[in-house]
Amino acid sequence: MTIDHPVALAPAERAVRLLGGDLTEKALALHLDGLAGVDAVGLEQRAAGLATRSIKTSSKAWALDTIIRTCDLTTLEGADTPGKVRSLVAKAVTPDATDPTTPRVAAVCVYGDMVPYAVEALGSAHGDPDAGLVSVAAVATAFPSGRASLEIKLADTRDAVASGADEIDMVIDRGAFLSGRYGMVFDQIVAVKEACRRADGTYAHLKVILETGELVTYDNVKRASWLSILAGADFIKTSTGKVSPAATLPVTLLMLEVIRDWHRLTGEKVGMKPAGGIRSSKDAVRYLVTVAETVGEEWLTPHLWRFGASSLVNDVLLQRQKLRTGHYSGPDYVTVD
Amino acid sequence: MSRVTVPKTYKLYIGGKFPRSESGRTYEVTTQAGEFVANAALASRKDARDAVVAARAAVTGWAGATAYNRGQVIYRIAELLEGRRAQFVDEISRTEGVTTAAASAQVDAAIDVWVWYAGWADKYAQIAGNGNPVSGPYFNLSVPEPTGVVAAIAPQARVGTSLLGLAAVVAPIIVSGNTVVVVPNTGAPLSAISLAEVLATSDVPGGVINVLTGSPAEMAPWLASHADVNALDLAGAGDIDWVELQLSAAETLKRVLAPVAGVPAPALERITAFTETKTVWHTKSML
Repeated sequence: MTIDHPVALAPAERAVRLLGGDLTEKALALHLDGLAGVDAVGLEQRAAGLATRSIKTSSKAWALDTIIRTCDLTTLEGADTPGKVRSLVAKAVTPDATDPTTPRVAAVCVYGDMVPYAVEALGSAHGDPDAGLVSVAAVATAFPSGRASLEIKLADTRDAVASGADEIDMVIDRGAFLSGRYGMVFDQIVAVKEACRRADGTYAHLKVILETGELVTYDNVKRASWLSILAGADFIKTSTGKVSPAATLPVTLLMLEVIRDWHRLTGEKVGMKPAGGIRSSKDAVRYLVTVAETVGEEWLTPHLWRFGASSLVNDVLLQRQKLRTGHYSGPDYVTVD
Repeated sequence: MSRVTVPKTYKLYIGGKFPRSESGRTYEVTTQAGEFVANAALASRKDARDAVVAARAAVTGWAGATAYNRGQVIYRIAELLEGRRAQFVDEISRTEGVTTAAASAQVDAAIDVWVWYAGWADKYAQIAGNGNPVSGPYFNLSVPEPTGVVAAIAPQARVGTSLLGLAAVVAPIIVSGNTVVVVPNTGAPLSAISLAEVLATSDVPGGVINVLTGSPAEMAPWLASHADVNALDLAGAGDIDWVELQLSAAETLKRVLAPVAGVPAPALERITAFTETKTVWHTKSML
């Protein structure tokens, strides 16, 4: 299969610039398979080293607020209802009712059919996280498995964007990737990116989920990260949260290194979102350290860094309450979900 | 040839596991004469925090067990103590500096306390609960329920309390389905940790009893102000500023039992002190 006629020139522009005009499956495969292999032992040792940093007092207070500011508060259950989404939005806008200085989260992340309820519930609080408002992110493209035809995936995406989603979390076709059909994965990302275009010509932000738990090796994670960035991803994201292992520190470090390399090569900044399995503030702070040490502190803004989590915010709020009041708090003082 | 002795380092008991203190601190346990006996972990406020998390996680299962089952589990503690009597007698006589006969009498008394409270497990509700007369076709029942996580300071007197005082404080707390974070006798903590080793191999679920060896003065303020602790037993806190502890406990509406001299005597009131009364209405059958 060739990609002589990319669906959308603009999103595939990165690949054309790097690989030249004759963007073929072969050129893509040569490029990706030619990437240097990952030193797995070194990677895990580096991640373990970064996890030992001690973050205390004012740095800890800053880190806790940053975790909340960059969190995608998520509910992705089959049992989701408009009511559940409304209570999630209420929590996104006012994470801690006992402390009005608590920042808002970056976005709420829901299934596509729940987007209208999220938008309605947010009302005037809907908008750019940089302005202290809350975005709506929707998972699309037959999340979480990605096992549907391209038409369905594109319709899923367009539907979510039309309903008002600011960000689309898509899954790659892991089956195609693992069997070496890089061109197919590439084409799909390009096509979904095009489907993120709104009527006014702007694009919804595209987060590409690699589902690293299914990619098995670090080399594959590196190739998939590079492939997603080439195809036009605004963010690369580790996992759906439905597969174990989900986000781990070494995988996040590796993806951040790809983002750093891409930044050095082109000057472009691509975002990163670890998702799934990050439940404690302590864990989350380790991720912040990894970001600061790998790509730099300027990545710690909602436009370049997100946590995908549902229970993490509660633990962060307990830690915040402890810092504020001087005594330990308990689960009775935060929301149930 | 003389042999190098291998003194044991006693660790904490949190959530059914035996961790060292996160602070890495230990302190020396000595005989009355100041002779070295063993090292014990010196728990920090963060160990107390972890213990409360473990205790909270254990509440649902322990409070949800049937009263009869809880009674059996507590009786089993008494059985296991009886089986390891020699070790406890040895530890008590070394750390408290009492005769073997006195140590043996304390182990007997401790076993009796466990048995006494085990018996109450499926009986205290009949005394503390009630069927209330109401003017209507309803049953109106008041039943005692466990309050949740209780923090306790065991009696601290150097002689006669190390095992008995712990039993007299812990047994009434857990019998109704509460879980406990207990600071045992600081000077003679060995039998508390040995008891924890008994518990770990008994039927008591991990997290129901958590033992933090160390200083009550250091940990009690953190436990008293902890928002996820429901009640405070200050039995052995007479020598520290326990009025201040009561004040900070009041911030989160904790039940507080005041310090007692010596070892608290077995009493139904120690069980009901850590229960809440729930009253339910139910329609009477029309038949």
